[in-house]
Amino acid sequence: MNLIVNGKKTNHSNGLTISQLLVEENVKMPEMVSVELNGQILKRSEFEQTALKDDDKVEFLYFMGGGCAFN
Amino acid sequence: MERYSRHIILEKIGGHGQEKLLSSRVLIVGAGGLGAPAGLYLAAAGVGIIGVVDGDKVELSNLQRQIIHQTTDVDTEKVLSARNKMWAINPDTQVKIYPERVTADNISQIIKGYDFVIDGTDNFPAKFLINDACYFEKIPFSHAGILRFDGQLITVLPDKSACYRCIFNSPPPANAVPSCSQAGVLGVLAGVIGSLQATEAIKYLLGIGDLLTDTLLTYNALDMNFRRVQLNRNPDCPLCGEQPQVTELKDEEQIVCDLKNCKC
Repeated sequence: MNLIVNGKKTNHSNGLTISQLLVEENVKMPEMVSVELNGQILKRSEFEQTALKDDDKVEFLYFMGGGCAFN
Repeated sequence: MERYSRHIILEKIGGHGQEKLLSSRVLIVGAGGLGAPAGLYLAAAGVGIIGVVDGDKVELSNLQRQIIHQTTDVDTEKVLSARNKMWAINPDTQVKIYPERVTADNISQIIKGYDFVIDGTDNFPAKFLINDACYFEKIPFSHAGILRFDGQLITVLPDKSACYRCIFNSPPPANAVPSCSQAGVLGVLAGVIGSLQATEAIKYLLGIGDLLTDTLLTYNALDMNFRRVQLNRNPDCPLCGEQPQVTELKDEEQIVCDLKNCKC
């Protein structure tokens, strides 16, 4: 099936879950990533069960500190 | 008004808009990489009152990106150093300084009365605290983060658009996310993202254009790619969702990433 992951077209096997996609896309620290599926932020507890469908849009959103004001 | 002539000739600003800026109040939390360009441009733009919050002193390693501070400012309090540069650029601007860190105890008192807040901090407890305090006080703000070659920002209008907790429920676990001092950051990246935060503040104050609400703008300096990620308010948000669990301010635990134990 075709997915759009962070704006790029990718091809994955049918029925892939969010958890599996995180592995296949080499996300090193999945616990640090929020996942948006078709415009909705998923709960972490939903990653295991949520199966992806053709043409789904997935965004991995990363925690980012920065500013470097306080350290 | 000659100072502001390039603003005034803009149809969307004009004399009326410039007067709005001159009577506006913006708070910058963190006089570091993001706060530096934001402070300089907001002072140059003639924002009437600019508050600067920072409890640190200038260090030599700050100067690679924190362009409001100069070599002679090392060991000076950042708020004093920042105020001097902002005054030098524009004596019309009143700069209020807060030589302290924001905490659950002091933040509400500090942000009250400001029209817009810029989050230029570099730690997650502060970022969540600013988000929560701005939500409770109903003050719009710009969140931003930078790391290595990446940056991101979003503008939050409390009760109207997605907040930081709509995306990131709570601070990350310890040893998870490196900070700039541990992972590094391209200095000019702070200038790009901090300047975008100042742009959002000015647009909000003037009521012009489309704000970066319900949209996370991400930027990668290496591939020079800006992406807009559309978001919606999250009904499960612990702060502004349907069943809020965060009902008062609290200081989240400071997370320090030790790269030796870090998987990042």
